[in-house]
Amino acid sequence: MANDLFNSFMTGPDEKGRFGDYGGRFVSETLMPLILELEAEYEKAKTDASFWEEMEYLWKHYVGRPSPMYHAERLSERLGGAKIYFKRDELNHTGAHKINNVLGQIILARRMGKTRIIAETGAGQHGVATATVCAKFGLKCVVYMGAHDVRRQAPNVFRMRLLGAEVIPVTSGRGTLKDAMNDALRDWVTNVRDTFYCIGTVAGPHPYPAMVRDFQSIIGKEAKEQLAEMEGRLPDTIIAAIGGGSNAMGLFFPFLDDKSVRIIGVEAGGKGVNEKMEHCASLTGGRPGVLHGNRTYLLQDEDGQILEGFSISAGLDYPGIGPEHSWLHDTGRAEYVSITDSEALEAFQLCCETEGIIPALEPCHALAHVMKIAPELPADHIICMNMCGRGDKDIFTVARYLGFDMSDTEIGRDAD
Amino acid sequence: MTRIDAKFEELKAAGKKAFVAYVMAGDPDEATSLELIKGLPGAGVDIIELGVPFTDPMADGPTIQLAGQRALEAGMTLQKTLDMAKAFRETDDTTPIVLMGYYNPIYSRGVDKFLVDAKEAGIDGLIVVDLPPEEDEELCLPAQAAGLNFIRLATPTTDDKRLPKVLTNTSGFVYYVSITGITGAAAAQATDVGPEVARIKAKTDLPVIVGFGIRTPEAARDIAAVADGAVVGTAIVGQVAEGKPVAEILEFVSGLAAGAHSA
Repeated sequence: MANDLFNSFMTGPDEKGRFGDYGGRFVSETLMPLILELEAEYEKAKTDASFWEEMEYLWKHYVGRPSPMYHAERLSERLGGAKIYFKRDELNHTGAHKINNVLGQIILARRMGKTRIIAETGAGQHGVATATVCAKFGLKCVVYMGAHDVRRQAPNVFRMRLLGAEVIPVTSGRGTLKDAMNDALRDWVTNVRDTFYCIGTVAGPHPYPAMVRDFQSIIGKEAKEQLAEMEGRLPDTIIAAIGGGSNAMGLFFPFLDDKSVRIIGVEAGGKGVNEKMEHCASLTGGRPGVLHGNRTYLLQDEDGQILEGFSISAGLDYPGIGPEHSWLHDTGRAEYVSITDSEALEAFQLCCETEGIIPALEPCHALAHVMKIAPELPADHIICMNMCGRGDKDIFTVARYLGFDMSDTEIGRDAD
Repeated sequence: MTRIDAKFEELKAAGKKAFVAYVMAGDPDEATSLELIKGLPGAGVDIIELGVPFTDPMADGPTIQLAGQRALEAGMTLQKTLDMAKAFRETDDTTPIVLMGYYNPIYSRGVDKFLVDAKEAGIDGLIVVDLPPEEDEELCLPAQAAGLNFIRLATPTTDDKRLPKVLTNTSGFVYYVSITGITGAAAAQATDVGPEVARIKAKTDLPVIVGFGIRTPEAARDIAAVADGAVVGTAIVGQVAEGKPVAEILEFVSGLAAGAHSA
């Protein structure tokens, strides 16, 4: 890693959309012209001041940015080591970081004259964010969601419908996020003229991984400024949960060239990273392959068939990971670890008790790793963790795991 | 010259259009699938497109997705697909076989190893849906160097500006996708397809074969009439899904082939 640090980690992707060997544009010919058009439009928008003015106005007045930087004092005290900060992206409008990116893509779609927006969603947070912004701009919105996720995330399905989106349960495969992405791609290839595909994470064909990262980088940019103001320096460790990896990439990117900052991504270890593959830890338990338009680490069998992940958290239940993470993993600039379902649940409860914050199950994976490392670190070691989503959507899942009976409630009956 | 090139010379000399049939390798099981592909040339099939099952076939409709799932559940793999081609070659050394599928199983095996094994198994060409010209270095160029045809898809979204890029490094034939969409969806219209084929033929000497959305002998005839041939996939795979006996499926294929050949 020492040699690589002479070069910037912030220059990717190259003109072929690659981060090292990862990324690229592995799509059918029908989609290729659309992807090239999107890339050209994004390149134009990126340097257009009016595009960013509109983004910044909406980030401030519609999303509620900047999100706070919060010193989790009681949690830090309880763990008895490092000083822990939460970057509170769960306080955004719609309850997660997802809307940062959706705003960017929808403004771009409007500039391109597209009138119909499609999206895939796992936990439903990206679907809700997309439905929200579409409602705001009066655009038609279609969300593909795995049938299994439709059951376990019933509150978000209802939210999307309230917001006027059409939610299509996907029954192919095992009915999770991966299958929803397949069906969204099938929709796009069919409706090429009027439709914009709003991808929710830093994956997919170029330019999506770079574009989504750029929109999410507001997280890391703010975090850097806020910590400079509050602590007068950089954090020592930054940490975030990873499914596809958009909240993590958003936090990490502005820090990539700050070599004193330790960067940790936390994957969903499900029931444990083992040969039975009951997890979603693409980097710790997978190998490079090509899916959904990019080359990246994937959970797959020896024949190159894609395996279904397993996680308590629908938002992390994806057998791949953004290509830039694969590259950061191989270069060693970021470390990647995994956390099991039960560790995440323990973190969930600790966060509720000590901080009065009900976190989503996704950031609980990051928090569980903070719980592991913080006690061993000195009191002046600053950890910044991305609290990327709030837990309202997860209370039914958590209740079931904790043996709390919510079946008397209307919604409890619908939730899986 | 590959078997594909030879086949098109033969068809041209006879003044005939090509009929191409797609079947999924290993659907519903290896034995039935092998029996089916062995019967295809006798049913009038000029070129066999052998589908390689994949868990995430993003360009395919439900019929072919399910065929892939059935094959995978019955234990089909890329290796067994190659074995099937090899078994076919024992009794037929002239009918071209084109493998059609997605990149990951090939990438997972290793491109160099795959190309050696494919050539040895008697494969003549490859159609890999998720490898556009932008990714030619991955498989297209090594495949051509190994003596396999790399057949590219051209689509209604491939405009005149992009067409030369799509035609460069294409060999064997050009596969024109008649609709924007997935396999087995909307019906192809000869009136739409004709001018598009003409547009492509103005830029290449390769035969142009049309697929997606062709289900009946009449449609095969109408589409073949405005191109160099027609591909039928979903309609045949649908017969397999219904559990029809091989002989009955081959009879259905004969009808489609007769349609295309009457053009």
